[in-house]
Amino acid sequence: MRAESIAQLAQALRARRISSAELTQQSLAAAHVHSHLNALITLDETGALAAAKRADAALTQAASSALTGIPFVHKDIFCTNGIRTTCASRMLENFVPPYDAHVVGQLNDALAVSIGKANMDEFAMGSSNENSFFGPVKNPWDTARVPGGSSGGSAAAVAAGIVTFATGTDTGGSIRQPAAFCGITGLKPTYGRVSRFGMIAYASSLDCGGVLARSAADCAQVLAAIAGHDARDATSVDRPVDDCVAALSTSLKGIRIGVAREYFGAGVEDGVAAATQAALRELEKLGATLIDISLPNAALAIPAYYVIAPAEASSNLSRYDGVRYGHRCAGPKSLEDLYTRSRSEGFGSEVQRRILVGTYALSAGYYDAYYLRAQRARRVIANDFTEAFASVDLIAGPTAPTVAFKLGEKSGDPLAMYSADVNTVAVNLAGLPAISLPAGFVPNESDNGLPVGLQLIAPAFAEARLLNAAHQLQLATDWHTRTPPP
Amino acid sequence: MTDSHPWQAVIGLEIHAQLSTTSKLFSDASTAYGADPNTQISAVDVALPGTLPVPNRAARDKAIRFGLAIGAQIARKSIFARKNYFYPDLSKGYQISQYELPIVGSGKLVVRTDDGRTLEVEIQRAHLEEDAGKSLHDVFHAATGIDFNRAGVPLLEIVSAPVLHSAQDAVAYMRTVHTLVRWLGICDGNMQEGSFRCDANVSVRPLGETKLGTRTEIKNVNSFRFVEKAIEYEIERQIRALENGERLVQETRLYDAAHHHTRPMRSKEDADDYRYFPDPDLPPLMVTDTDIATIRAGLPELPQARRQRYLETLGLSDADAAQLCADKATADYFEAVLTALPGQAKLCANWVLGELAAALNAGGLAIESSRVSAVAFAHLLRRVHDATISGKIAKDVFAAMWTGEGDADAIIETRGLTQISDVGALAAAVDAVLVEFPVQLADYRGGNEKLLQFFVGQIMKRTRGQANPQQLNTLLREKLHS
Amino acid sequence: MRIDPAIVRRIARLARLSIADGDLARVAGELTRVLDLADQLADAPLAGVEPMAHPQALALSWRDDAVTASDDAGTLLALAPEARGGLYLVPKVIE
Repeated sequence: MRAESIAQLAQALRARRISSAELTQQSLAAAHVHSHLNALITLDETGALAAAKRADAALTQAASSALTGIPFVHKDIFCTNGIRTTCASRMLENFVPPYDAHVVGQLNDALAVSIGKANMDEFAMGSSNENSFFGPVKNPWDTARVPGGSSGGSAAAVAAGIVTFATGTDTGGSIRQPAAFCGITGLKPTYGRVSRFGMIAYASSLDCGGVLARSAADCAQVLAAIAGHDARDATSVDRPVDDCVAALSTSLKGIRIGVAREYFGAGVEDGVAAATQAALRELEKLGATLIDISLPNAALAIPAYYVIAPAEASSNLSRYDGVRYGHRCAGPKSLEDLYTRSRSEGFGSEVQRRILVGTYALSAGYYDAYYLRAQRARRVIANDFTEAFASVDLIAGPTAPTVAFKLGEKSGDPLAMYSADVNTVAVNLAGLPAISLPAGFVPNESDNGLPVGLQLIAPAFAEARLLNAAHQLQLATDWHTRTPPP
Repeated sequence: MTDSHPWQAVIGLEIHAQLSTTSKLFSDASTAYGADPNTQISAVDVALPGTLPVPNRAARDKAIRFGLAIGAQIARKSIFARKNYFYPDLSKGYQISQYELPIVGSGKLVVRTDDGRTLEVEIQRAHLEEDAGKSLHDVFHAATGIDFNRAGVPLLEIVSAPVLHSAQDAVAYMRTVHTLVRWLGICDGNMQEGSFRCDANVSVRPLGETKLGTRTEIKNVNSFRFVEKAIEYEIERQIRALENGERLVQETRLYDAAHHHTRPMRSKEDADDYRYFPDPDLPPLMVTDTDIATIRAGLPELPQARRQRYLETLGLSDADAAQLCADKATADYFEAVLTALPGQAKLCANWVLGELAAALNAGGLAIESSRVSAVAFAHLLRRVHDATISGKIAKDVFAAMWTGEGDADAIIETRGLTQISDVGALAAAVDAVLVEFPVQLADYRGGNEKLLQFFVGQIMKRTRGQANPQQLNTLLREKLHS
Repeated sequence: MRIDPAIVRRIARLARLSIADGDLARVAGELTRVLDLADQLADAPLAGVEPMAHPQALALSWRDDAVTASDDAGTLLALAPEARGGLYLVPKVIE
């Protein structure tokens, strides 16, 4: 497996020390070696090799970008023209979109090489990747454990060294929490910074496309390719994209980092808290000032999220009715039969549960008590951040309260599973950018230890500041360079 | 109770006017009518995963145009909401509409009824929404076919207050809205193609009662006649039911034109919980003062104002003014004629509503495609006005113009139709006739004045109709009495 | 909020999901627990707070009125599990 950064690979490719075809072959081979992780739903060998060939041609003509020729995977939530896109659901088991998502188009334009589609929780609903129609993904650090979710396949593929980076989506922590569980770096940009066109919707006001990679510097390279305005998404923001790559090298002297008390609350394992504190001390050594802050309404985030996300999802998933595409039950006797059987057969249990919760929260008589109240909570949660950012530049805490848990440990208990998102959902409710980066290890029964993630949160559109701080920390530490046992 | 008490019907209309845009409300597919099924669809219209709505500015501007025309508040911030229900022609499982904050707030419209009353009808709101596709139940034996060509076409739903009390008033209101939306150029008003249709909410209550009775909603009626019949039927049905001591249920009914009745709509039986919520794909729709000022500046003189002007400034009759203002193209044609022939409003109105309208009607043409331009038409009328030709001759000239024989002067010239206004020539003709019919002359002078028309006829015959009628009259009387 | 099997049946009907009678009680229990979580908001001082439907103060952006559809209708129709004569098919519906 290869440990080079995107910048190093790009240099090697340009210097013809290696070809994209060779890199891609290695990547495909690694995918086979690690097939037990179940990180990929679809492996597109033919497409990947053809893309590599195009990349190699471009490299000889110097018509290349920083990502040209570099193998990666897309979370199987991004529509890929001519390549099956399942959202890890039986509903879309055989769905082949006739268009590319914006993110897919951008990376195609950059001549990056997609080798396939990564496994995930069905419709991005889950925190462990156990809710996939295609089976759970295993954590490369300990295959008895979950990789986190919902972008679990993306995280596992990067952590196992199958690819250099992966796309992901983050609705309540779905990039950051698997990045933390798999010991890699995951960036959730500001809402509206990356177009949602072609990204299959879970909860539209929270969904955000982003990237999982081995370092903040790599995330910055990928963000540069996928960020920007897209007229096909009415929530895409038309505003210049900061040069995050250039900003990486800025010194952290004088930067104020708010350490949110609430993010170290009950439920946060001691080992996780200790590792996070140690990482924060490293930032302090780099010139950052740590400031104890409070986000007083943080406890409202989980209840608000588990009303808003299901409410939006219940509506977003109504289009799956067996009529125009997707799963259709056999021999429907009536329209009602067509609807209920196609949907009940096509959706897994967690998806059905969230549809029911969301339908209830929006239904006559409960709208005010659930949906509207959750939207009010959302406002005070967002206001907490605004107030905090008046006196700090970044906010920090552990990404997840625990390290990766065991497969099956929480799958029978939806509420226990939901608590895995306790430190991540508020960011989505407020639409802010955040990053999770490796911050040490907690020992476990094997001697590798399990990775811990440090979450940094920035004000809207301050991705450059976020990536800069993460990169400076990674220059000073080596947690992000550690790899799971082969 | 011995006598059945009098009932009052209460009617409110929800009119759906298709906004005349080129592309759909949230996708870039065409709105053109009549294409083969499912050929004017985009991935957005059939709700493919990951597709997103992007709103059409022209639809917004047309909605604002309507709002300004009815004197309504235009919301500076309005919200697109999702109305959730399952139906096969609704691809997303929800319709994007507006619920709590519509773009157009309350306004009013002055309606003239057929029997000459004036109603001021309150319009509660008008909002933007997308149309659904079309379910075809009769194409296949055991299946319903769905065509999504219409899915996503922009509609303005115009909601009146429940202030109408008869089917006739409801239709008069609907016609006024129909005139207005076409006048504003925001809807083509084509009812056969479904561009203008309405749902009617109907209830009845004892006269004098202020509480509303149980209402039913009659869906999707697409002709003025059917609206009238459907409402009439529904009023009678409700009264009959109540007088029989039955309880009415609030329901959606379908008008069946073939059998002239309404019946409950099965597919709407459980559609009472639409779970409206703000569409997370669409941030608030903001309208600035500048937007409004720009759209206001582009508003035409409105039909009501124009009719008033025709009455007061041009001195036209109520009926003529109303007829000219029934659509903007007619009124504009009339004004173009009048501009070329100033001061002759009455003459112009008579001819536009008379000969021209008849010719258009016979040819099945809209006034925009008139074979005689307003300027050419004015020129013909000038020849009537300056007595070059009589009105009778002018009709022949117009007919010739209509078939493309040339302009009025050329036709008058080649056919030698110029009116004889030369006193000498006319006097000679009169003298000749009086000499030819001495018996009738003596009879007339003996007191049989009815014979005047006989002499006029004879002189017209001699002059092949070209005698100036007024002049002839004067001259003839002079000679008869001399 | 206690969800009983009757409520589950009504919601499932609205959402067009079928839940076997034998599962109603279990699902009711699960939904009750999730909604109990949501009920934690009941005591929060949120009166008078304006609901927030979208992150940030985004304003809607507009498209010009032009037909640019590049999607091929045939390709879209080809995705349908059942279509005939250019129409998507569903079991016969009675209006």
